[in-house]
Amino acid sequence: MSATIERREVKAEDHPIAPYLRMDRMPHIWCPTCGIGTVVKCYATALGEAGIDLDKAAIVSGIGCTGRVAGYMKLDAFHTTHGRALPFATGLKLGRPELLVTVFSGDGDLVGIGGNHFIHTARRNMDLLVVLVNNFIYGMTGGQNAPTTPMTARSSTMPFGNFERPFNIPHLAASSGASYVARWTCLHFRRLTQSFKEAMQRKGFRLIEVIAPCSTLYARLNKLGTGLDLMRFYHDNAEIRHGADTRELDIDFQGRIVCGKFVDQERPTFSEMMDEHYRQILGDRYRPMPPEGGMIHGQD
Amino acid sequence: MKTDPAGVLTGTHYLDGDYACGEGAMAAGCRFVAGYPITPSTEVVERIARRFPMMGGTFIQMEDELASMAAVVGASWTGTKSMTVTSGPGFSLMMENIGLASMMETPCVVVNVQRAGPSTGIPTMVGQGDMMQARWGSHGDYSVIALCPSSPQEAFDLTIDAFNLSETWRVPVLIMMDECVGHMTEKVVIPSAAEIDVVPRKLTAKPPGQFLPYQSNGNMVSEFARAGDGYRFHATGLTHDERGYPVMTAECQEKCVRRIVDKIRKNADKIVRFEERRIEDADVVLVSYGITSRVARMGIEMARRQGVKVGVLRLVVVWPFPEKRIRELAEKVKAFVVPEINYGQVVLEVERCAAGRAAAVPVAHGGGGVHDPEAICNAILEAAK
Repeated sequence: MSATIERREVKAEDHPIAPYLRMDRMPHIWCPTCGIGTVVKCYATALGEAGIDLDKAAIVSGIGCTGRVAGYMKLDAFHTTHGRALPFATGLKLGRPELLVTVFSGDGDLVGIGGNHFIHTARRNMDLLVVLVNNFIYGMTGGQNAPTTPMTARSSTMPFGNFERPFNIPHLAASSGASYVARWTCLHFRRLTQSFKEAMQRKGFRLIEVIAPCSTLYARLNKLGTGLDLMRFYHDNAEIRHGADTRELDIDFQGRIVCGKFVDQERPTFSEMMDEHYRQILGDRYRPMPPEGGMIHGQD
Repeated sequence: MKTDPAGVLTGTHYLDGDYACGEGAMAAGCRFVAGYPITPSTEVVERIARRFPMMGGTFIQMEDELASMAAVVGASWTGTKSMTVTSGPGFSLMMENIGLASMMETPCVVVNVQRAGPSTGIPTMVGQGDMMQARWGSHGDYSVIALCPSSPQEAFDLTIDAFNLSETWRVPVLIMMDECVGHMTEKVVIPSAAEIDVVPRKLTAKPPGQFLPYQSNGNMVSEFARAGDGYRFHATGLTHDERGYPVMTAECQEKCVRRIVDKIRKNADKIVRFEERRIEDADVVLVSYGITSRVARMGIEMARRQGVKVGVLRLVVVWPFPEKRIRELAEKVKAFVVPEINYGQVVLEVERCAAGRAAAVPVAHGGGGVHDPEAICNAILEAAK
């Protein structure tokens, strides 16, 4: 039995998240069934629902498929160098403390080439919302092995299957000092949106890992079918376990994907620690960076 | 515009070049510094870390020099004047984001207190081997401005100039100090804030919607919008159009990169700076910079006493290079003698500009020490023959 679905013609500008996007840059570069667009939709929806002042929100990406997100968001947006989105965002946040700064990048960018920055930015509990889209592979360059590729999964540079242990990203973030850690898949778009909203109300280093399908490379190299098949896989194999021990969040090849919120603990941020410390030690002599930045205004 | 008095330690001091450089940055209005410890530059950030909390500045020690440079570029996009400080090995790591700063046209200052390389080399001893890296070190074509102080006083003065140049031209400005100048202690006079002119960030007056982040004016330098002012602009390391949007075509590459290169190249006359002494009757001109320009003085005196008419051209701004002046002098003099603490870098530029009309004689020193004035004298005598 088959049914015809009536499709109403909707103008791109009428899309609910169009006001958050640079519509003059559409169409985007992502492949059909790529998961990144879903994550962008959830993020933009959350910005709106959380009532964020978009003039004071900045977004920073590194390089890669997810690295293109900053370029599509209609915020103050920076598409930086490979792996350096976090330190760039650190400068941006410290240079103008009133900004809400989001880092939106991929697994290879944030925990591969940028791995050292990842642990140190978490250690400092820098006040950044970090969205890490994990598709288990380097997509932009053609499907090479990533520090997240599950054991035995194939990639173009591990043609006989991966034999390196991948990172367990929530555990890496939590053990480095992140104050908020969650993981979802692209299938959990409502929960993901809620998680973004919640994280936008928190402070410190907030990491949300999103497992996303890459059907062009990861699924094809591993004969996993289409993007839809991957979404079915998430449906059947994702398990929500809030507060799970982050040590148990490894992802095996085609194994269970534990999702949920694992860490939500208020800890003072880098700037709060600095302010409190200097106030204590220096008293009235301390002059913090003004919220709008340390720009020199004219005296003449 | 006059500077913020909070950063100005007015008075007469006895400071080393590193401290003087740090004081220069604070006097210039720098309020964000990210750095990673490295000999012989660390004293610059130590000075800043101690004084910043009292003037609304933030210093952060990053995990490496890649991060330091990236943070500086990020901070500069808020309008906060930003700087990082390093030496050779760190300078190599910073090349990546110096390229980003050039491509995004981000004002910022990078201090390199040069030590002897390559690689780890002699960390505690002098070198001048990063001069070509300063010009060409990041991939692709771009342009920078590089200054070479030869005393602690000049370390202070040129650091202020570096910030002003970076704001004027929207480029990273490199202060190519050396270990000797960095660790040499001399009198440094810091004027009052009312005597220090600073160039503020050239913020656009256009409202959001009408502003294009990379639209150039007659100067070839675009107006600036800082993050958080409602412009919702896009900046990228990719080749981009006037909107700051990536465009992957040869035409856009030509337009985008040509301007980045030409804004310094075509305005070199406004940026180039050097000092000349006894050049009028000279048969030989000694070209030098940094500590070597001071060591050379004795060699010049020795040569003069032996009857050689030798003049001096000291480079204050090394990049852009004073091409015109070297060309003019090449018509009049027999030779240029170029002592530097490397195996011949700036001498190549002198040779290029002299174009065979005058000899360009290198006086090499591998680093770990300064030249023997006698070696400089002998090179002058030989060149005068």
